[in-house]
Amino acid sequence: MSEKKFKIPVPEINEETQHFWDATAEGKLLIKKCADCNEYHYYPRTICPFCMSDNTEWIQSTGKGTVYTYSVMRRSPVQYCIAYVTLEEGITMMTNLIDIDLDEIKIGMDVQVAFVDTGEGCALPYFTAA
Amino acid sequence: MSIRGKAYIAGIYEYPKREAADKSLAQLHGMFAKGALEDAGLTYSDVDAYYCAGDAPGLGGISMAEYMGLKLQHIDSTETGGSSYVAHIGHAAAAIAAGKCNVALITLAGKPKSTIKKGGLAMRGFGRGAPEAGFENVWGPSVVNMYGMAAMRHMHQYGTTSEQLAWIKVAASHHAQHNENAQLQNVVTVEDVLNSPMISEPLHRLDCCVITDGGGAMVVVSPEIAKTLDRQCVKVLGHGEAPKHLDGGRVDLTYTGAVWSGEKAFKEAKVKHEDIKYMSIYDSFTITVLETIEDLGFCEKGQGGKYVADGNLISGVGKIPFNTDGGGLCSNHPANRGGMTKVLEAVRQIRHEAHPKVQVADCDIALAHGTGGSIGTRMGSATVILGREDS
Repeated sequence: MSEKKFKIPVPEINEETQHFWDATAEGKLLIKKCADCNEYHYYPRTICPFCMSDNTEWIQSTGKGTVYTYSVMRRSPVQYCIAYVTLEEGITMMTNLIDIDLDEIKIGMDVQVAFVDTGEGCALPYFTAA
Repeated sequence: MSIRGKAYIAGIYEYPKREAADKSLAQLHGMFAKGALEDAGLTYSDVDAYYCAGDAPGLGGISMAEYMGLKLQHIDSTETGGSSYVAHIGHAAAAIAAGKCNVALITLAGKPKSTIKKGGLAMRGFGRGAPEAGFENVWGPSVVNMYGMAAMRHMHQYGTTSEQLAWIKVAASHHAQHNENAQLQNVVTVEDVLNSPMISEPLHRLDCCVITDGGGAMVVVSPEIAKTLDRQCVKVLGHGEAPKHLDGGRVDLTYTGAVWSGEKAFKEAKVKHEDIKYMSIYDSFTITVLETIEDLGFCEKGQGGKYVADGNLISGVGKIPFNTDGGGLCSNHPANRGGMTKVLEAVRQIRHEAHPKVQVADCDIALAHGTGGSIGTRMGSATVILGREDS
């Protein structure tokens, strides 16, 4: 599933984000949408950061998006690519691009989510070439 | 209400060394405070307000107030990363204008060079409990790749090149050759920057600032106190500050909070860009400078690459020189926080105490800008505009 050579980290989970991480174990990328102003936001919050409504809902993202920007770390024991991916729903999230030639990454390229199990009850939403 | 002319920087101090392994953190803060107060002709007993950020040891500013024996009526530990000390000037000026205090001491000290080995490659995440922690710390964010992502997007969107970014380091190095305390004193070329090792794309080693111990301090006083001092005091003309963040996922890494802090500072100072004779621009990385210069309005958005190229930031060569002490890119980035030293060099320029090779003639108005946190995620931006008494 992944060529990553370093240990998969475990995310810090709290009361507000438990549902997001539970869904990752089922291969679902959940994002929040406000039922009042209809805006998506990321990372997920209980209260909409755009209109202060409590009426936010979990929506399953298509998991498809494009690379907004990236940077390949060349001076670490294992080179890796950190990136921001803009989802089809319009919001942008930080991630790593994996299973991909680090020399071939380009801004604007199509990518899709690729979950990697942490072994701790959740999976990390990495992205790879679509 | 405006703070224009309501406060003055009366004393400054910068630690000349770049390593301080033999000193305690509190000792450094205390030494720098003493240095700035002596520069102003004041003592610990004159201080009635103290400002510090997260680098100060203990509980906010209280532990250091105790260490120095200060009796205070105003205290502020606003923490916006490396820009904190620039923001503190605005806060101190406002407090002085409101009659809350008369002599405000601001200190910065740190020892990352002698105590932290991984430097800029260390994973950069904020502590447990930060709301973004779970969604960022798992991706290997470091200081360099966060700024790298901003640079990469700026290049994509505006055609900015590595050569243009390199000119920023080149200019800093031209100034640092005259600073005997600078960590890097050799003049470098664009080719030197491009040929230095790639750290995290597109940033090379020489696109990055230095890591040093040290720090400094400054003393902000009321106009009434300033009149009683023999030392030339520098007038605070304007200040602005603004956090900028990822805005609920509407991510745009091509601009910084300087778009807001700069506008506020210029408006309060009642000066125009052409009035600025010298600018200290926070330079954690070359891209930090480029985006900030655009955001402060010295050129159009996206034109920063052309603006900084061909030596335009070098004193005596370009229109407005920047960071004539060598800045964070070459001289000093104490505690990994460059806001203090940005203000210190602006004060030296206005006092006509910069090195003669880089002193700006008739420097009556200067700008200092700080960027704390990361332009790759969330930052605190702060701008001050300072002037001579006649400004």
